[in-house]
Amino acid sequence: MLPNTNVKTLDRVVVRFSGDSGDGMQLAGNIFSNVSAGEGNQISTFPDYPAEIRAPQGSLSGVSGFQVHIGKGVHTPGDEADVLVAMNPAALKTNLKFLKPGGIIICDVDTFRPADLKKALYETDDPVKELGINPDKIMLVPMTTLLKNTLADSGMDPKSMMKCKNMLALGLICWLFDRPIDSVLRKLETKFAKKPAVFEANAKVIRAGWDYGHNTHSSMSTYRIETEAVQPGVYTDVNGNTATAWGLVMASEKSGRPLFLGSYPITPATDILHELAKRKDLGVKACQMEDEIAGICSAIGASYAGHLAVTSTSGPGLALKSEALGLAVMAELPLVVIDVQRGGPSTGLPTKTEQTDLMQALYGRNGESPLCVVAATSPTDCFQMAFEAARIAIEHMTPVILLTDAFIANGSSAWRIPEEQDFPEIKPPYVTPEMLETGWKPYMRDEESLVRYWALPGMEKAMHRVGGLEKDYKTSVISTDGANHEKMVKVRREKIEKIAYDVPPIELLGNRDAKTVLVGWGGTFGHLFTACEELNENGTPIALAQFRYIMPMPANALDELKKYDNIIVAELNTGMFADYLQMHLPGKEILRINKIEGQPFMVKEIVDGVKKHIESRK
Amino acid sequence: MEKETCIFAPGDFKNEQSVRWCPGCGDHAILNVLHKAMAKIGVAPKDTVVVSGIGCSSRLPYYMNTYGMHTIHGRAAAIATGVKTARPELTVWQISGDGDGLAIGGNHFIHAMRRNIDINLLLFNNRIYGLTKGQYSPTSARGSVTKSSPYGTTEDPFVPAELCFGARGNFFARSFDVALDTSLEVMTAAARHKGASVVEILQNCVIFNNGIYSYMSDRDAHDDHTIHLRHGEKMLFGKNLEKGLVQDGFGLKAITIGEDGYTLDDVLVHDAHCKSNLLQQQLALMDGHELPLAIGVIRDVDAPSYETDVQEQVDQVQAKKGFKNLRDMVLKTMETWEVKDVL
Repeated sequence: MLPNTNVKTLDRVVVRFSGDSGDGMQLAGNIFSNVSAGEGNQISTFPDYPAEIRAPQGSLSGVSGFQVHIGKGVHTPGDEADVLVAMNPAALKTNLKFLKPGGIIICDVDTFRPADLKKALYETDDPVKELGINPDKIMLVPMTTLLKNTLADSGMDPKSMMKCKNMLALGLICWLFDRPIDSVLRKLETKFAKKPAVFEANAKVIRAGWDYGHNTHSSMSTYRIETEAVQPGVYTDVNGNTATAWGLVMASEKSGRPLFLGSYPITPATDILHELAKRKDLGVKACQMEDEIAGICSAIGASYAGHLAVTSTSGPGLALKSEALGLAVMAELPLVVIDVQRGGPSTGLPTKTEQTDLMQALYGRNGESPLCVVAATSPTDCFQMAFEAARIAIEHMTPVILLTDAFIANGSSAWRIPEEQDFPEIKPPYVTPEMLETGWKPYMRDEESLVRYWALPGMEKAMHRVGGLEKDYKTSVISTDGANHEKMVKVRREKIEKIAYDVPPIELLGNRDAKTVLVGWGGTFGHLFTACEELNENGTPIALAQFRYIMPMPANALDELKKYDNIIVAELNTGMFADYLQMHLPGKEILRINKIEGQPFMVKEIVDGVKKHIESRK
Repeated sequence: MEKETCIFAPGDFKNEQSVRWCPGCGDHAILNVLHKAMAKIGVAPKDTVVVSGIGCSSRLPYYMNTYGMHTIHGRAAAIATGVKTARPELTVWQISGDGDGLAIGGNHFIHAMRRNIDINLLLFNNRIYGLTKGQYSPTSARGSVTKSSPYGTTEDPFVPAELCFGARGNFFARSFDVALDTSLEVMTAAARHKGASVVEILQNCVIFNNGIYSYMSDRDAHDDHTIHLRHGEKMLFGKNLEKGLVQDGFGLKAITIGEDGYTLDDVLVHDAHCKSNLLQQQLALMDGHELPLAIGVIRDVDAPSYETDVQEQVDQVQAKKGFKNLRDMVLKTMETWEVKDVL
């Protein structure tokens, strides 16, 4: 950077890369965010891709986006972009709405050809004017020309050349935000380790992008992004689905129970199956079954056989699994069910995010069938909560549903790779030889936790049958006795309720002494937390309670919430958690902020919603 | 029974539960034979898991002194697949009726066959729903009059063997509830077959479908209406084995030796190990009317079994990659950066 260049310092910045699905926007975005993370920035990314696998090139429906938020105090991928990279007129048109007022646009002006403009349904030949963009705020870069010039001597065919265009944009962005080009090249070198020629070409293009920015726009401001001290350790960038898969692997290592996944492909949960299928290298058996039902049923079989058994799905799949979940409740077997929530009902909005499976998870089964429901708050928290779901399932001999959502499943952030001692041992409640000597029965329970003991096939003298029929409390044989049934129903519920004392207490964030508490659950944490910070900074004192343990809630949760005059629940549904809370807090008015657009909250929507509620309560 | 291999007695597989099937139900006989078969097979009760779905027959695991699961309607095959894939060293039996296995569980049935998971499926076929008190099943003959078809059914039944072969199954055997020796023979053969094995047991429901198999299973009808197939042996039947099966164009024909110019040499020899299932399927489709119903092991062909290949793949990939644990894998495969302690 030249000394006379105008450098501004920013706490955080949001960059949105957009282009055709094949333009490599995600790769450019990923490298940018990883390099930034290496510089000490916090990162959060989110892909926004069309439901169509290969929409026509240059069309509005074929545009995909990748948003990257870097800096200090980053908890979401950002409401709006400071910088928008648009690789063609269609991307410019569809993504302009994500740009902050006054934000900068970088656009490939070479794509403003009549045919491209027509495909993107422009009415004039001047997209900048037509869209009402301030010409001072758009860098019209002849990317295609630059690319061709840079690679003229490479001997590459035009098609291969075009594949490097994303790197030109990356070079420009790296110049704009003062990212060290060497670490960008190092990352690229790892990525193309087996294709040195491809690496060379891409490296050349990145430098060309950087130089272009530096030479032609040296009067323009560039930025330095603030960093934040984080816990020392080795970090990597991880998305929610991968983190979920890894959390399960960690739980398998800590429990000594081999990991089994029975699953069926479904958007947006399939990446968990993909990841665990790869993890055969860690001893995982991941089986793609013939349907959702077989997914959970094979897992129940594996659980009976002594494995840490998991099934992964999304809302429609959870509906199909509900009968089998009842069997796991009745047989009191450990089982983890992961529901990556998407827009519903029915097929709904398969690639979009929602929090609309809460009631299904809590109650969507026949009979009295309580189980444990937990939710992850961020991509990296998916690791923690997958581990927790497995821990609770094994130690409490119960199915556990882990709710994540399309937003955190596909979003990514920097994750500190845990060290050996970071996670506790998981202790399965095995049947002991002493119990077998003194007359063990399959539904005998620990008096305190009410957990039944786990006997694995292969154990001598522990042959036993489990099943969906009601069992006698004492003898464990089939029973249709009414009084016994009522007792068993209550015991199964009490067993779940006792988990409240085996999970961390809820921690109130923000201004705990405020009169108002903002309440959320699961994947909305980043937006709620950021909104809470903004409100507190701007004179609206507010606390935040984000639930991860939902059934049961942490033992202190209701007492904590009761302290506040105003309880405002913000969630991506019509008020499911608010209703659930209302049930537990009769007489207390639960205020609501709801959004059901298939998109995450915007911070400002929560800020405005909170202000409105507080205003109306004055 | 070969005494020297017999470590266990049938009683080792039996528990004290009182058996609750209707008096006269064919299931009693099948249960007793299964106890005997397990003793003969010689796998310990502690290493045996019996998985069932829902229905009269699916009560069976409760009467076994083994590990067992009485699960949900139609899903036994999927659950058994999970048990066996997780723990290939266990011997896994599935008990299903014709409704459980072929109606609500039809999808899991065909995929268990295709996948060739090493489970032994005893399919109790009484061609009726017993536990729900008498509705037609997917194996009930066209026109069957039942509570849910008071004017007769207007649909064709499955022939379980055809479904098994259609799904590329590699083991199929058949017996009657009353044919104790044959049941013992086919259950033992099923257990010894590596891969998915189907044993169809034609079972009489005394209450809702009494006597549907009598024309083949009764003592005086048995010899002329059934043929016991044994690999490598001539396909002979009749009281004095005077009848046989011969090829007739693209089909089969029952003949009497010494009549119409047929000699013993014309009679087909059974080949259960033949990879092509075309002739085996024709044998399995014989229904005891024009041609005798085939009992015994009809198809028994070696093929790779799912759980073995899954385990082998896990072992190979693990050995090749050599990761110590999750952390090691992440450090070696992911792009990482280190944040040092700021002093």
